[in-house]
Amino acid sequence: MDTVIQLGYLASAVLFIFGLKRLSRPRTAVRGNLMSSIGMLLAVVVTLFNADIVSYWVIVAGLIVGGTVGALLAIRVAMTGMPQLVALFNGFGGLASLLVGAATLEEALDLANGADLDVEFLSTAALTVLIGSVTFSGSVVAFAKLQEIWRDLGNPTVIRAANIGLVALSALLTVMIVVGPTSWWLWCLAVVALMAGVTLVSPIGGADMPVVIALLNSLSGLAASTTGFVLGNSLLIIAGALVGASGLILTFIMCTAMNRTLVNVLFGGIDTGGVVANGDEIYAGKITSSSADEVAMILDTAERVAIVPGYGMAVAQAQHAVRDLTTALEARGVDVVFAIHPVAGRMPGHMNVLLAEAEIPYEQLKEMEVVNPTFPQVDAAIIIGANDVVNPDARENPNSPIAGMPILDVDRARTVVVIKRSLSPGFAGIPNPLFALDNTLMLFGDGKAAVEDISTALAEL
Amino acid sequence: MTFLLALTLFVLAVFLGVELITKVPPTLHTPLMSGSNAVSGITLIGALVAAGADHSTLTTVLGFGAVALATINVIGGFLVTHRMLGMFNRKR
Repeated sequence: MDTVIQLGYLASAVLFIFGLKRLSRPRTAVRGNLMSSIGMLLAVVVTLFNADIVSYWVIVAGLIVGGTVGALLAIRVAMTGMPQLVALFNGFGGLASLLVGAATLEEALDLANGADLDVEFLSTAALTVLIGSVTFSGSVVAFAKLQEIWRDLGNPTVIRAANIGLVALSALLTVMIVVGPTSWWLWCLAVVALMAGVTLVSPIGGADMPVVIALLNSLSGLAASTTGFVLGNSLLIIAGALVGASGLILTFIMCTAMNRTLVNVLFGGIDTGGVVANGDEIYAGKITSSSADEVAMILDTAERVAIVPGYGMAVAQAQHAVRDLTTALEARGVDVVFAIHPVAGRMPGHMNVLLAEAEIPYEQLKEMEVVNPTFPQVDAAIIIGANDVVNPDARENPNSPIAGMPILDVDRARTVVVIKRSLSPGFAGIPNPLFALDNTLMLFGDGKAAVEDISTALAEL
Repeated sequence: MTFLLALTLFVLAVFLGVELITKVPPTLHTPLMSGSNAVSGITLIGALVAAGADHSTLTTVLGFGAVALATINVIGGFLVTHRMLGMFNRKR
């Protein structure tokens, strides 16, 4: 029987590998996801034949509860709530690994009855509890931050120092478990590691969320992998490592898109060492405030329009209004593309998901490298709720705190329309010289209302 | 399984994962995260054994919690990924 189970696991691992490979190509992504889910089903079914399982009612109860809750969450969530849901799912995975690690260690402690447990088992069990805890509490904080119900704990520098202390304490407790394993040390480690997760994510600002979400994704895989070491289960090790690696790649893609290192995102905050220019000086007398009618007239004569969405579009829930404007422009023969910065929004791919929900085909969404050389041919670039990712200072001012960060070169378009509530700075806390350019028009107001006004004005022309 | 064999599997799988995922288009970043997150719910198979081993009340309770949470992760993750991908493929 054991051979059958192992062969089943091998087949599952192969399905996961093909599944993830296909999930990373647009044409095959749906099939890839299906293959992964079949792999998961296979793994669960063969596991039920494990000789150690003597009672099934707890399992059935758990599957029913989890399946119901999971299905409800997945079906009911709006696309605007996707970052929160992804954070929450990461957290559940981490907590599940934590509980499996704890249950296995508790059982081993009971059975060993004072006899020595080997170092490999104890250290990987402790690591599972550690990583699972950090993943869980970190994800819950990320969820709360995205839901905007999280209150910051206080001075970020103090919190970061506390975090380093808690991580060190976790390492110490891991050693304690290896040296003299007791149930007490196990739960101490869980509590300390949970606090470490909270203090890790709490000081991280909204615009850095894509990095954090990707990192937590990676950690949830790593937690599954260490669980595999504890149980001696090859499938857990392989599947967990695959997810850990994919999460890590996304993490570094996000860091590269901000020209920052992971350490800087987690522990540095935005570097304030650069000289921060005064917003009033930059903006004084140079801001051109515009109206929906004027913008509509510009768009009416445009041949090529680029729309640049940011987190503000998600907040204003303006994606459907943007779709309507796009449809109206295309009906007038205007070529419309969407320029997407990799870290626009609060998770990797956030803008793509929102625009897909509004039924904008993904072929129309252009990556930064593809769209940047085309901006000089763009008649009008419309920026909705993006700020730092279109700040030309990143390219031109070596003293800027965001110097070197890859940006969308919207300032090279013939006309730039910025839809924004006010001149308030973005996440980096610096003024944006783009707003003061001669070819920039500011359209002050709520993103959704402003876009709807433009559509109305366009229809009346 | 010996620790060294487990470590070998882990390291090889990390390299495989890196090779599989590089150059994923930004459009698929979110589905890749939610889909791979569902795969990390594989911890479910460990949870099943913990919940069904009937060792002690504590381990059974921990096992039940682990099964429920991992199932949320698995079912929710695959379903929401499917929903999202459906939106990407929709034609206007």
